[in-house]
Amino acid sequence: MAKGKRAVPEINAGSMADIAFLLLIFFLVTTTMDVDSGINRKLPPYEPDIETDPPPPIKEKNLFTVLVNSNDGLLVEDNYMDITELRAAALEFLDNNGDLSCDYCEGSRSPSSSDNPKKAIVSLQNDRGTSYKLYIAVQNELAAAYNELRERESQKRFGKAYADLTDEEEIKEIKGLYPQVISEAEPVNLGG
Amino acid sequence: MSKFKKKSGGGTPAISTASLPDIVFMLLFFFMVTTVMREVTLLVKNEKPFATEIKKLEKKNLVTYIYVGKPKKSLLTTYGSEPKIQLNDAFASLKDIKEFVFAERDEISEEEQNQMTVSIKADEEVKMGLISDIKQELRKAEALKINYSTRKGEVYDR
Repeated sequence: MAKGKRAVPEINAGSMADIAFLLLIFFLVTTTMDVDSGINRKLPPYEPDIETDPPPPIKEKNLFTVLVNSNDGLLVEDNYMDITELRAAALEFLDNNGDLSCDYCEGSRSPSSSDNPKKAIVSLQNDRGTSYKLYIAVQNELAAAYNELRERESQKRFGKAYADLTDEEEIKEIKGLYPQVISEAEPVNLGG
Repeated sequence: MSKFKKKSGGGTPAISTASLPDIVFMLLFFFMVTTVMREVTLLVKNEKPFATEIKKLEKKNLVTYIYVGKPKKSLLTTYGSEPKIQLNDAFASLKDIKEFVFAERDEISEEEQNQMTVSIKADEEVKMGLISDIKQELRKAEALKINYSTRKGEVYDR
């Protein structure tokens, strides 16, 4: 039959590129490349004034107290400090190994600082007038101290960067060596 | 008979543009996938603080945003210069946060509700008093996973 053999005219696809370009330019313009990123934290559950058992006593030397006042001044372990020194101070405290039970620590083993990384607690208190900028800076420096120690252990044990670890068990192990315990007190109105 | 015919010489052959649409489409799909349409119009000044120890926020559908900052310049006369909270497209007060979080949580499927993250996008000039109040409200609303949204960069000049 002649009908079946009739040639189908080819559709001109020359303008396809133009259409695609149009769409491309639209998405190019509307695109925002910034990925949302930030510091992850977990809040403690809300307990409305229920009488709870007093918290277990913590030795003063296992506490690393950071106070921030409304003028963005920093008081670390009862000494004034600049934000630039905070990371090193936190690192020294965490890695101190006071009771010699931490065989991977490289700290100074001072008896007046933390016993071991598992007992070390960072206590953070800020004023209601503290700027958010400094608060984030403090949080960042404290996290950096933990990350630096974890990075060191990761390199030592697995020969890989902490960020490159993929095995859940390995990540857990490193996290367990330097557990991140940052306790945040409710802000007060210290003034000044 | 030879299978290898000698190429007819002379003249540069025209480069085929038939694959041009394919290339363009490839680019198109890339941008379509990576594109994030801005969902809210910002009513507050939002210059986020810098930090280095940051993690990317994954699973966008599980993230809820709270914007905090001074009202934008054009709105200063109507709303004053005190830092305000913005939820979705409008200014809100502290009391609205709880309801907002509950509403947002309802939109997430049941098994993923415990993974919900609240991202606090606060301007660096905001005082901690307001941020603490927000955190307190979030604790009441049982939204305990939070993220302080930051830009990537050093926190102080070295």
